[in-house]
Amino acid sequence: MTTENITFGAAEEDTAEPGFTDPYAGFDDDGVGTVYTVSGGDWDTISGAPEGEKERIVVNMGPQHPSTHGVLRLILELEGESVHEARCGIGYLHTGIEKNLEFRTWVQGVTFVTRMDYLAPFFNETAYCLGVEKLLGITDEIPERASVIRVLMMELNRISSHLVALATGGMELGALTAMTFGFRERELILDIFEMVTGLRMNSAFVRPGGVAQDITDDQVRRIRETLPLLRNRLSDTAGLLVDNAIWMGRTVNVGYLDLAGCMALGITGPVLRSTGLPHDLRKSQPYCGYETYDFDVVTRDTADCYGRFLIRLDEMQQSMRIIEQALDRLEGNPGPVMVGDPKIAWPARLSIGSDGQGNSPEHIQHIMAESMEALIHHFKLVTEGFRVPAGQVYSAVESPRGELGVHIVSDGGTRPYRVHYRDPSFTNLQATSVMCEGSMVSDVVAAVASIDPVMGGVDR
Amino acid sequence: MSDTTPTNPDSTQPPVTPAEAGVEVALGQTTATAGQLTIVGVREGAFGVQGSGDTSGFGGLVEPIVMPGPTPRPYGGWFDEVADELGLALADHDLPMTSAIEKVVVDRGEITFFVRREHLPVVAGVLRDEPSLRFEMCMGVSGVHYPHEAGRELHAVYHLQSITHNRRIRLEVTCPEGDARIPSIVSIYPTNDWHERETYDFFGIVFEDHPHLTRILMPDDWPGHPQRKDYPLGGIPVEYKGAEIPPPDLRREYS
Repeated sequence: MTTENITFGAAEEDTAEPGFTDPYAGFDDDGVGTVYTVSGGDWDTISGAPEGEKERIVVNMGPQHPSTHGVLRLILELEGESVHEARCGIGYLHTGIEKNLEFRTWVQGVTFVTRMDYLAPFFNETAYCLGVEKLLGITDEIPERASVIRVLMMELNRISSHLVALATGGMELGALTAMTFGFRERELILDIFEMVTGLRMNSAFVRPGGVAQDITDDQVRRIRETLPLLRNRLSDTAGLLVDNAIWMGRTVNVGYLDLAGCMALGITGPVLRSTGLPHDLRKSQPYCGYETYDFDVVTRDTADCYGRFLIRLDEMQQSMRIIEQALDRLEGNPGPVMVGDPKIAWPARLSIGSDGQGNSPEHIQHIMAESMEALIHHFKLVTEGFRVPAGQVYSAVESPRGELGVHIVSDGGTRPYRVHYRDPSFTNLQATSVMCEGSMVSDVVAAVASIDPVMGGVDR
Repeated sequence: MSDTTPTNPDSTQPPVTPAEAGVEVALGQTTATAGQLTIVGVREGAFGVQGSGDTSGFGGLVEPIVMPGPTPRPYGGWFDEVADELGLALADHDLPMTSAIEKVVVDRGEITFFVRREHLPVVAGVLRDEPSLRFEMCMGVSGVHYPHEAGRELHAVYHLQSITHNRRIRLEVTCPEGDARIPSIVSIYPTNDWHERETYDFFGIVFEDHPHLTRILMPDDWPGHPQRKDYPLGGIPVEYKGAEIPPPDLRREYS
């Protein structure tokens, strides 16, 4: 170790005490005290690389990296090109939605939760509303038509979410055509969302007690017309990748996670089903009347990225089956789409005018010119909201990524006391290290893509 | 299995009564008997108006916040089976059900076991491993803060799922704010790693023996625990067409 150092002032070599070895803090010549020097940074003096061991480096992949699925930060310890340790850094998209919910009414909560997992807004909304309805004790009073519309929107949403999973996954592995195909097909579904709810995403369409707006027969017809095109294009995407040697080379036997690993890590969704376990909440704990629809739970037993990819493809086909059944039930079956209790049902209705979607003129006419009581009722329900009896519930739906659970606590007030989302992306992302460690850097990208995390849901 | 019936928790941990909170409340107005009430706070006034000339009379409203209280046997359905099996399995570990489980609440078709915190790892291990219980999946932990429930301000709520039996139960563990420690169950359910870190981040509950208990969503140097009820939401007032709209946590709240 050297005693030569740079000092401020007039410190000189011969004034240092004999035998003194601290290179960074010597004594000044007046003996006043320690002089701190600007030096150091020589790793060799701190730790030398052990003999016979390869050099390891720590690489931050993300949070701004095109192949980490949003603002996900992967901290990789690399030895050459193989991953020795993989850790996730999350929190870059934390927006405090759960805290904000505690300061809004129960109905306003929908507007927040729809923004959590932004690729699956209808699942966020439905899980929340099912929980609120369970707290209110009105689960059995939800109109049949409202449940069918919820199922329809959720299954359309499942296809659009899986399409983004394929699209971004394809892009990350270099299959750019899969990306253009996936986003193009998703556009068809977003057009349906826009037609039905007025918004392409974050539509706050599912409300406690039902849905915000009925679907017209004309809209049903137009959704039906989209389906053959969508079906054709889905098979195009499948044909592009299923037997593609490059795609298989990147995904087969990559990102392996077996059933025991999934159980221990709480993994659900396509990753769990890729181990061969047919666990799907739509079958095992049906909600919204899923037990009355005819569909299959898709599984594979390869427990790898390729299996998860195939599951997503087949699940889209199953969703198409459910959508067709839902459309059959909607057509020519008019009925209410909101619970009958006017203390809970949202008073206003939307309608489409020459300037776009807005409050129905009939309703405005009614409350502003005809009935003072209707105005008071509208005002009270919109500003104050309804009270929800005290207690707590857990409601779960099968989102495209797995079990989306909501723990809702009410203290009997007009606002949620606590809402906690158990987001599948958050939980599934914990599998990154077990899937990636020991593999190559390129396989990390494939493994994370097969988990399909959405950082809006992870960080909330 | 009558010996496994949970006793009333009031014998060991009396809940906050309105009298203790300095408020007189007519308890007879509620349907539950007084011994079964779980009062977590008191709501005062209406419309969120404080100190103004309230002429409606609602400003004087005082009402206890009552959560569903302990449920006596039978719980109904498979709940009794799970409770019986849990009691038997705990007995194998020389742990009487009554000392491990504080109370059982059945509400809205869901069963909640209030577990005393020192026994949580044993109870969770039994629930996972016992073939007749087999809750092989934990859906994480969620915190809830009840600032007015003296001695048990912080709750950690675990949701367990059994895919084998297609059942769900809830475990609830409480700890005082001054001693916010709960044993970690990461060694039993590894999925709780991130969930416990999240609950620590937002509620300040220290999960003992967690392998790496650090903040996960908030920045590492963040002061305070944001999901606690005494932590403000923050925000700035916004001016719109000459009127000033206060931040959401300072608006009229219609409690």
